[in-house]
Amino acid sequence: MTATAVREHTDRGPLSTEELAARIARDIPPGSYVNLGIGQPTRIAEHLPPDAGIVLHTENGMLGMGPAAVGDRVDPDLTNAGKVPVTELPGAAYFHHADSFAMMRGGHLDVCVLGAFQVSGRGDLANWHTGEPDAIPAVGGAMDLAVGAERVLVMMKLFTRDGAAKLVEECGYPLTGAACVHTVYTDHGVFETGPDGAVRVLETYGLTLAELRERLPVRLLG
Amino acid sequence: MTATVVAADADEALAGVADGSTVLVGGFGYAGMPFELIAALIRQGAGGLTVVSNNAGNGDVGLAALLKAGRVRKVVCSFPRQSDSYVFDALYRAGKVELEVVPQGTLAERIRAGGAGIGGFFSPVGAGTPLAAGKETRIIDGREHVLEAPIRGDLALVSAHRADTAGNLVYRRTARNFGPVMATAATTVVAQVTEIVPAGELDPESVVTPGIFVDRLVRAEARRLTVQGAR
Repeated sequence: MTATAVREHTDRGPLSTEELAARIARDIPPGSYVNLGIGQPTRIAEHLPPDAGIVLHTENGMLGMGPAAVGDRVDPDLTNAGKVPVTELPGAAYFHHADSFAMMRGGHLDVCVLGAFQVSGRGDLANWHTGEPDAIPAVGGAMDLAVGAERVLVMMKLFTRDGAAKLVEECGYPLTGAACVHTVYTDHGVFETGPDGAVRVLETYGLTLAELRERLPVRLLG
Repeated sequence: MTATVVAADADEALAGVADGSTVLVGGFGYAGMPFELIAALIRQGAGGLTVVSNNAGNGDVGLAALLKAGRVRKVVCSFPRQSDSYVFDALYRAGKVELEVVPQGTLAERIRAGGAGIGGFFSPVGAGTPLAAGKETRIIDGREHVLEAPIRGDLALVSAHRADTAGNLVYRRTARNFGPVMATAATTVVAQVTEIVPAGELDPESVVTPGIFVDRLVRAEARRLTVQGAR
């Protein structure tokens, strides 16, 4: 692998959620079939260039999903995976759930973007269950996406509200998938996971590589 | 299976459901939820049910109403916890309903396998996670796979858009979701549709669920509900 210099953006603070969504959108290749997980990743859709030919998949049975529906365009029979009313674009297709997930497991989906509680340096993903005794576990399509998409991207804040790192050596929460995440996009930097648990830092925001090395419990390659 | 019967109403279509039945319930949130069939199942009175569905009810209607009526012993689903799943949440926390969480695609494929006469399948989904605990695993093409069992129901309740009198179904937009696989995988399959046309009026090329899978049909108005607090 050719080492490239880390782009350290220290003249600014961390990326806002919108900036992060736009940053991820820039890395999605034209013509891709993409699934954006419920929650924050859905915001990436607004930043995809309309002429890039990117087709959005929603696991509840649609390719060619358009923006959220408002007013008269709301149709209870047409929602995204978060159950928000959406619209259809020209060329859209509908299919049942078994076909929808065959698209994932079968390797037909190019990219998915998921939120995360924690990601390990090896790319283990924890995003479905805190493991607390009174928590009600709900996995949805997260495990299927984590295993099935050709490239699995994570969109998350790098630290919890309490300042704990979410990029970790070993996930403390129950896993969604093992060694499945390729790239982790956070407010403080972009990271590539590695099979040996060493993480390549591609760029930083508001913190230097040296500062990240002090705050993250993973081996960082600059 | 004999020819599809058009029932006079949902109560006629839901007659004879036994206590302890396993019921496959279509829908993803409210899209494709067979509201009128569930209302009739509540009136019919069967209890101790195992419900297989993507969610565990939204608001106070549909599957949530069945839960609230105390008829459900166990829920098999992928995503119980939602912005408006308060009926299930309370029952679960009180220990009054059992929960089996299944990854969404595995749920769909287990039902598909049940309907297709497949005795199980190996899937990479869930390998190395708590949901694979206790399941047989096998390395296939260098990747760990988990053995998943088929799911069949005594009863399936699905909501489609239109039907013909031969029982053929077409769906509408993302309300299709689990309907086509569930319709293959139960001893008795009941579909509610907004319109039943004479055989010959649906384009055979556009039929999604062929009538062989459908036992009883009921015409019912669609409830146009959207999930509150969805994001």
